[in-house]
This record gives sequence, structure tokens and C-alpha cells, in this order.
Amino acid sequence: MADAAPGPRPRPISPNIQLDGGVWRWHVTMFASILHRATGMGLYVGALVFMAWALSLAAGPGAYGAFQSLVASILGKIVLIGLTLCVFYHMGNGVRHLAWDSGYGFRPKTADTTAFVAFGFAVVATILLWAAILTTGAAQ
Amino acid sequence: MSVVRSPLGRARGLGSAKHGVGHFIAQRVTAIALVLLLLWGAVSVVGLAHGDYSTATDWLHSPINAALAVLLAFAAFWHMQLGMRVIIEDYIQKASTKAALLVLNIFVGWLGGALTILAILKVALAPAGVSV
Repeated sequence: MADAAPGPRPRPISPNIQLDGGVWRWHVTMFASILHRATGMGLYVGALVFMAWALSLAAGPGAYGAFQSLVASILGKIVLIGLTLCVFYHMGNGVRHLAWDSGYGFRPKTADTTAFVAFGFAVVATILLWAAILTTGAAQ
Repeated sequence: MSVVRSPLGRARGLGSAKHGVGHFIAQRVTAIALVLLLLWGAVSVVGLAHGDYSTATDWLHSPINAALAVLLAFAAFWHMQLGMRVIIEDYIQKASTKAALLVLNIFVGWLGGALTILAILKVALAPAGVSV
């Protein structure tokens, strides 16, 4: 540092934006955090689907039928299953965040475990909900 | 606070605007509400998925369902707006773009919430058996 150039020194860089790798390595808690934000952005679309449901219902039977056939199509089902995963992951990981806000769950091992619990909850809850939807349909 | 902030930082107006607590609390309270409301919503979807138009309108004629659906819309659009605000603040550096997106986000949140809630209320308050 003796022969540092005059003028301001480069500012310290937060580890998460040290693009050469820095002190970070890929980790499950990191993936869980990124996924929380990504699913939150996905749920922006999910809220608009909820709005479309309400608006089509208010518009009458024709519009509601059009909404139903849209979400019952293959593409509609793929989007809805994706949004269901987003809902349940964001919910499970959100509870994890609420625990952190209360001061619990910060031990590295606990944080790792609860990340996997959030993944598992999202998948299992999505399968259960869609199994319920599809089996009630078959019964009718 | 003046002790930990540098004079230069103070002169430039850097640091907290002291309005963050409301955002923090609102995000958490809506989060807790949404856990409960979405679990109810998931159960409700099973009943509505294969029903027709009258299944859905009959369902919304129950005051409990109508109230919870309105609360779900309110909490969801509020929580969504709060979350997207943080994302915009984190990733958009250009001041004018950031301001425009923040305003757009607020508009989408309030407009989407208002449309959803009024649509639910229109169906919920219509006389039973009448196509709205």
C-alpha cells in the first residue's frame, strides 16, 4: 500500500458482489434466498391471475368460461403448477424468514436443514394440492 | 445517530430516511396473514376448480368466503408491492428509471388490488341466482 496512487482508494466490495468468486461459494442457503426472490417475482404474475379470475367472474358466465378454458389448457396448467410451486416455496421460506426475524434458526446447520425443508414443502404441497384438484375432477 | 454518521454522509443526505420500519412491519404482518389466507385459498380452489360459473358465484355469496377473498386480495397486492419495491431499489441504479418503476409498481399494486376487490364484491353482493 506504500505506493498506492493518490486519490480515493477503491471502496470495499460486499462479498456477494465479488464477481471473481471472492469469499463466497455456492451454498444451499444462497440458492434458497435467490429462489425466494425469484418466486416472489413470479407471484407478481400469480396475483394478476387471481385478478383475472375475479374480473372474469364479475364479467359473467361467458368470460368466466373463457378464463376456465384458458387455465385448463396444457399451457395454463403448466403456468398454474409453476405458480403453485412459487406459492408454497415462498410460503415455506417466508416462515423461515419470520423465524429469523424472531431470532431463531441462524445456526448454519439449522439454516441448511430448513432450506431443504422449504424445498420439500413446496414440492409435497404442490403434489398434494394438484392431486386433490385432479381427483375431485375425476369423481364428478 | 449523528455519532455514527460521518459529517460528509450527513451533508450528502445519505442514510436512512427513518421510514423503513413501517415497510418492514407491513411486509411481515401481510406475510403472516397470507400464510393463513393462502392455505384457505388452496382448499377453496379444490372446490372451485371443476365447478362452473354458478359454483363460483354461490361460493362468493357466503360472507365468510367473500370476506376472506377480499382480505387475500388486499394482503397479496400489498405484500407484492412491498416486495417488488425492494427488488427495484436493489437492482435499478439510475435514479429516473428507479423512480418511474417505483411509481409504476405502486400503481400496479393499488389498481390490481382495487380491481380484484371490487370484482369480488360485485359478485358477492349481487342477489343470489342472478347472473351479474
